[in-house]
Amino acid sequence: MTALDTTAVVTENAPRKRQRTVRIRGRRAGFWVYGALVVVLIGSVFPFYWSFLIGSGDASTINDPNMSWWPAGNFLDNAAAVVSDPAVNFWRALWNSIYSSALIAASVVAFSTLAGWAFAKLRFRGSGPLLVFVVATMAVPMQLGVVPLYILFADLGWTGSIGAIIVPALVTAFGVFWMTQYLRQAVPDELIEAARVDGASSFRTFLTVGVVAARPAAAMLGLFTFVTAWNNFFWPFIVLDRQNPTLPVALSLLQSNYFVDYSIVLAGVLLSTIPLLILFVFTGKQLVSGIMAGAVKG
Amino acid sequence: MTATETRSTASPTTPTPPKDRPVRVLSFSQRMSKWDLKFSPYLYISPFFILFAIVGLFPIFFTAVISFQDWDLVRNEGEFIGFDQYIWILNNPQFWTALRNTFSIFLLSSVPQLIAAIFIAALLDRNIRAKTFWRMSVLIPFVMAPVAVALIFSNMFGDNHGLVNNVLDNWFGITIPWHKDPFWSHVAIATMVNFRWTGYNTLILLAAMQAIPRDYYEAATVDGAGAFRQFFSITVPSLKATLIFVIITSTIGGLQIFDEPRMYDNTGAGGPAQQWLTITLFLYNIGWREWNFGRAAALAWILFLIILVIGLINLLVTRTLVRDEGGRSPKPLKKGRAS
Repeated sequence: MTALDTTAVVTENAPRKRQRTVRIRGRRAGFWVYGALVVVLIGSVFPFYWSFLIGSGDASTINDPNMSWWPAGNFLDNAAAVVSDPAVNFWRALWNSIYSSALIAASVVAFSTLAGWAFAKLRFRGSGPLLVFVVATMAVPMQLGVVPLYILFADLGWTGSIGAIIVPALVTAFGVFWMTQYLRQAVPDELIEAARVDGASSFRTFLTVGVVAARPAAAMLGLFTFVTAWNNFFWPFIVLDRQNPTLPVALSLLQSNYFVDYSIVLAGVLLSTIPLLILFVFTGKQLVSGIMAGAVKG
Repeated sequence: MTATETRSTASPTTPTPPKDRPVRVLSFSQRMSKWDLKFSPYLYISPFFILFAIVGLFPIFFTAVISFQDWDLVRNEGEFIGFDQYIWILNNPQFWTALRNTFSIFLLSSVPQLIAAIFIAALLDRNIRAKTFWRMSVLIPFVMAPVAVALIFSNMFGDNHGLVNNVLDNWFGITIPWHKDPFWSHVAIATMVNFRWTGYNTLILLAAMQAIPRDYYEAATVDGAGAFRQFFSITVPSLKATLIFVIITSTIGGLQIFDEPRMYDNTGAGGPAQQWLTITLFLYNIGWREWNFGRAAALAWILFLIILVIGLINLLVTRTLVRDEGGRSPKPLKKGRAS
């Protein structure tokens, strides 16, 4: 349940813009529906609040069975303890997470758009079997490659460097499949014919027709890839060290250093989640429609 | 796409009139464009395949090679020893414990999760205000890293002073050994997985629900079926295909669980008596605590084979269960539709 690849949603017919259907069941939902949704909402945000509550206490309050549901005022002190701890390297981890996730997302989008365009719209020998091969690799777990990858990067002297987590993530089979499905239905063949008759080269057609059409799907793919890369733990935990961690690795260091004082640990948890929460505020809508667009329809 | 090959693409202003027979002599630009059509697709897919060969394919095959070796980290080479590593793993009681734990956590984190996801999706499928807001609200947990989720929940599920036990103690006067007891530790870890993934699967099921033709519901309403009857007689059967798909993907993901059990206590070894040791956590311990790469590689292949077998079983079950297109085909439902 870690990587997005493992929960990739296979579409039988490509995602398409859903028309707003006029609802036949026009009756407005009753109060009990909203009541149930509020319960779900509380369930979703409660762990965030709990980490804030604990994170603003101190070592003496976290074990108190009668602790207040109102946060005490120590959050900033605890946060300062987290970011100033030399063993955790918080700022470095934050920067590593930001730039590695951004690079991975950009690279996955670029290569997936290129390959997806070829699979969806160009005819070439072997395209069918090759696409089947791409889909088949989505079922291969990360665990199957970690030992040789580690040996390889140790040979290159890359263990401990962020390059070691960027390179294996530069391309994903899921991305290629996603872009192929989208472009297949987003670009009519006549448009490509027209471009060819007008004398555009294959690559120019890709730039002027393909890339423009792929934009919405590319935004969603980039977003997914970014979130997945940001949260990834297994491989970074293996290959990185405490001098140069990403945020999840830094959190594991924090836990082993402060397991007696959860107020520091949970303050760090909240700090490391804030960047993605900000991202979610701005792009949550796209994430939702991306997941729904990729869903199986029958 | 190919019909235009014999036509000049050089200058759009003077197109050559189509001829009865194919042109024999091609101009340079025509030849270029033919070449362009034929070979450029391979250029588009090559970056993906080259990179994938290095970081995807090569490691998979090399894992197979290493799994038959006794790998020496100092000399950085292995010595062929046949199936010994596999035999060692299959004879190791920790492997069977890990297998049991992995399946136990998987079941505890997928069955309740799917049931919850169907019901929440049904709520979101109703005619509610602020649709986008509610949909986003179920997805909030998805942006939190599994490591972060695990840290918060392992605090809540503390044996002595955790929130859950405090509440249980105050209300019912009982406490549960969340870390000591294997089953309860699986429940705690499964809760973390459920927290993060329920909303994601809810949205997938919601999309499938919205594809159900609305006149089914109309007909059912005319026939006097209530909301619950409609839910169980129309909604759930129509979701079959999507459900099976979600089950397959969560199987592939669930059997690889690592982050949550790794962070469930501060040592990260899977518990003092392997209460919550999972297969991937066991693989990590063998490979990067004991530094035995041959055994780790063999375990990786065993895990992959397990996933393949479960996937195939899933596929066979799917074939027998889903005969129609899950609610999209205009076949009559179990109860005759009003015509």
